[in-house]
Amino acid sequence: MRVILLALAAILCLAPSLQAQTGPVQDLLQTHRALIEKGSRKSIAPAIDAIAASGLTEAQTVLQTWQAKDMWQRKEDKLFFRAEEVAKKTYRLYDFDSGEAVGDFDKGDLKQLKPNSGVRAMIGAALVRFQLSDPDPVRRLAALEAIQRDAEASHLEPLRASIPDEPDATIKARKEQLATLLTLRFGSDEPTRLKAIESIATNISLDSRAALNTLLTTKREISVGPAPEGTNVAAIMKPGKDLDQDAAYDMLADKGLVPPRLSPADIRTTLAAHIDGGKVAGVPVATLNTDEARAKAYAALVAQGMAQSQPTDGEIAAALAAHTIYDAYVEPSAAVTAAAEKALASIKTRVSMNQMLDLALDGISLASIFFLAAIGLAITFGVMGVINMAHGEFIMMGAYTGYVVQQLIPNYTVSILVALPLAFAVTFAAGVAMERLVIRWLYNRPLETLLATFGISIALQQIAKNIFGTQARPLTSPGWLDGAWVMNDVVSISYIRIAIFVLALTFLALFLFIMKRTRLGLETRAVTQNPRMAASMGINPDRVNMLTFGLGSGIAGIAGVAIGLFAKVTSELGSDYIVQSFMTVVVGGVGNIWGTLAGAAMIGFLQKGIEWMNPSNTLAAQTYMIIFIIIFIQFRPRGIIALKGRAAGD
Amino acid sequence: MTRQPLFAKNPSLLIFLACLALFTLLVTVFSEAMGTGLISTSFVKTLGKTLCLCLIAIAMDLVWGYAGILSLGHFAFFGLGGYMIGMWLMYARTRDIVVTSMANAEIPPTNAEVIDGIGNQIFGVVGSSDFPLVWAFAHSLTLQLILVVAVPGILALIFGWLAFRSRVTGVYLSILTQAMTLALALYLFQNDSGLRGNNGLSGLQNLPGADHIPQATISLWFLWASALALALGYGFATWVVSGKFGSVLRGIRDDEARVRFLGYSVEGYKLFIFTVTAIIAAIAGALYYPQAGIINPAEIAPIASIYLAVWVAIGGRGRLYGAVIGAALVSLVSTWFTGGQVPSIPLGFYTIDWVDWWQVVLGLSFVLITLFAPKGIGGLFDLFTGRTPPNRHGKDLGPDSGALQEQEADA
Repeated sequence: MRVILLALAAILCLAPSLQAQTGPVQDLLQTHRALIEKGSRKSIAPAIDAIAASGLTEAQTVLQTWQAKDMWQRKEDKLFFRAEEVAKKTYRLYDFDSGEAVGDFDKGDLKQLKPNSGVRAMIGAALVRFQLSDPDPVRRLAALEAIQRDAEASHLEPLRASIPDEPDATIKARKEQLATLLTLRFGSDEPTRLKAIESIATNISLDSRAALNTLLTTKREISVGPAPEGTNVAAIMKPGKDLDQDAAYDMLADKGLVPPRLSPADIRTTLAAHIDGGKVAGVPVATLNTDEARAKAYAALVAQGMAQSQPTDGEIAAALAAHTIYDAYVEPSAAVTAAAEKALASIKTRVSMNQMLDLALDGISLASIFFLAAIGLAITFGVMGVINMAHGEFIMMGAYTGYVVQQLIPNYTVSILVALPLAFAVTFAAGVAMERLVIRWLYNRPLETLLATFGISIALQQIAKNIFGTQARPLTSPGWLDGAWVMNDVVSISYIRIAIFVLALTFLALFLFIMKRTRLGLETRAVTQNPRMAASMGINPDRVNMLTFGLGSGIAGIAGVAIGLFAKVTSELGSDYIVQSFMTVVVGGVGNIWGTLAGAAMIGFLQKGIEWMNPSNTLAAQTYMIIFIIIFIQFRPRGIIALKGRAAGD
Repeated sequence: MTRQPLFAKNPSLLIFLACLALFTLLVTVFSEAMGTGLISTSFVKTLGKTLCLCLIAIAMDLVWGYAGILSLGHFAFFGLGGYMIGMWLMYARTRDIVVTSMANAEIPPTNAEVIDGIGNQIFGVVGSSDFPLVWAFAHSLTLQLILVVAVPGILALIFGWLAFRSRVTGVYLSILTQAMTLALALYLFQNDSGLRGNNGLSGLQNLPGADHIPQATISLWFLWASALALALGYGFATWVVSGKFGSVLRGIRDDEARVRFLGYSVEGYKLFIFTVTAIIAAIAGALYYPQAGIINPAEIAPIASIYLAVWVAIGGRGRLYGAVIGAALVSLVSTWFTGGQVPSIPLGFYTIDWVDWWQVVLGLSFVLITLFAPKGIGGLFDLFTGRTPPNRHGKDLGPDSGALQEQEADA
């Protein structure tokens, strides 16, 4: 190092007299000419640093040219230029300072600088500094992302240097965060790194968790005797406790420290290899169909020295006792890993709290879907007591209405706004027709109603299949419903689910308004409680039943449009929801909208909760949820909110 | 009341048994196995399967038509019975295959190696090779036959006990049984349920150790077995509903509260009939799936149980022969229509292809039968046996649908 410095000093003294007529960049290059010409990775650093730190505007061009192997040296005066091949063996040189062409030269008069890959990497690291302070914010962000993807110790210094001059506040924040993440991995001294680790202990972003996890990478090692001094041991694996005894022994065997354990298949292969006249070591082959007989034959082979012996339990135990299996941190400093473990633990607590929040949001959104699917049923089943198995098909009709409208009106926003009332109209009409033609003949015969409406349900499903085919039809949501509301790396909820939540609330309000504040609601309640009394008060029960049933069906249609936005529209769409919808109404308590709300909330949260405990398996979640509901009904047969007194009916 | 013999009290039983015997005889004579080949082996299988469906329809009629419990879960018991027998069939057959393939090895296989081989063969499709706990008895036909009865029986017992003791009745019970079916189907759909997920159990038509016997003969054996089971099931059901027990059941159907006030343990009766019919359904399933050859969780889906109710309703519930007629007719006609053998009807602007439109016809005819012929096809027999309902006219007097009518009160 000292030699280089001396050489530098010597060159610095000589420099001015040599290049009086050249610009500052050329001067700089000439200053470091010896190092540049040598092009060795070991010694080139001062030259690159000097160019990068010169503050000259052309420095970036020089480095890029150099890295791209486009920098050439003129042999006569040893000056450096950027060169372009204009003809075969003829190169045009450009001056770095002025950028102007100097002239065309034969290749023989020039010498190309060919930095090796090590040097090019160093130049690249130096270039990062320029990218980080590039005037274009897009390129600055790209540089940040590149660093984040593939972080190196050399990035830290230029990144830190670029922070004070950063004009954009968001990019500055990102730079600062990235600098912290780099510091905790590559910081020069322990206190700085510990400070950096501490500063992100409250940060739940994926990046900080990834950085800490990288810091805590462990490697499984095996040593003879105790773990060597100076290793940063994360945990010592005790065979039989943290680690399966056989697995531990196999690990030793893999490293070649002990003879391997023989699997039954190995024994069989060895035995098969030593068959001699229908016998293996004197044991007839035909009797080798039990493990004991095989062990005996194999022992005989071992005794004859024809096979390797199987390690006994005692040998295995001894081998395991003689070795230590341990996880060692790749990071040597114990203080740093301890701090990182602590920080990660505190982050994990925060993350799990946020996950609970996220889960709650998921639960709410699932509950609002169930509520939306069930609210029509809450009217027809809950208020009127009519079992409508075709309710799911009304949901499907609503979804297909939305699909057809989208085929006619290309603007998604307008088409949804048209589809909602249209779906209501279509399913209202279908509901009224069904009530008039079928259901009104079957009041007081609930089981027959169930079967008749089921007949309608399979007919409607098949008709939909015949018209629209079996493949799923898309119902695309408008652009402003795309994307998600992201609170942080853990908590996010898509806009469409928020919209469905809002829609569910709207329907709750609408239902309450119609039932409690309008004449239709009053008449419906009267007819449900006592049709003959209501009739003698001048209410037409037929008309009221028809309208109420139509209303319930119409709401199912609107729910269908909403459900179609996130689920694929198929003819089976409705039957996927029908059982859950009935469950929602029954669990909540028949005849009470708040009960339906409570039922939807309970089923939604429960399903998400079970899914969370067993994330790989939504099918299992549904199974357990249904079992839970069956048991729940044991304890509250009339649902969460049971009607009391006369309203209960019987 | 003097005790009459069962046959004298139920002339329909003799007629039914005679018809069934004649049918079995005719199919046997004309089957491929007997040389004539007028009825193909696959159609013999279809007929055998139909007999099994008739058996489960009888179970449904007992529980719904007589006891008034609209269970939408009996196909789950049917499927469970099929799974139980399927486990042995698949295990034993795979064992034969594995033993044959290992016989060529230089060293004879140990028992553990054979079992490993079977596990690999059976569970390879779901990415596993170990036997789950539920297969613990699969090696033994006797144990597995006991399970055919025990598993659905115990499930029905537990479910029924839970449901009936909390007085879940009517539509609520229907929905609850439907939920049970859905839960079971969803559970079986998982790969780690231990029953091969949605692949189900397959190759059940091959009886272990009977490779040299042609399918034509085997299909005939199963037809006889199904016919025997149906005959026994019909006889049992007739016996159950003809005595005092049957009267109590019908009483429960018509007015549960009154029967309870008369001192009968309504829950006990319901639980008994629910469990017994579940067992009958399971036996029907155990005979059905070896003829079908494959069972998967889709068979258990709630829709299947609803179709069962449809058959019984079309045939006429509350009479055992009605259930049999409904199941046989609807399932055979469905096979005929969905099999694409019915010619399409060209309307000029649209061609009605029955494969697509049969479901619609079935659904709508179901609505029409519910509305206009609640007695179903079986009601036709009343025309010449003279069993007619009381001629009720006018408005009813009380608040309940069963109350006296205006003109009855006058008389």
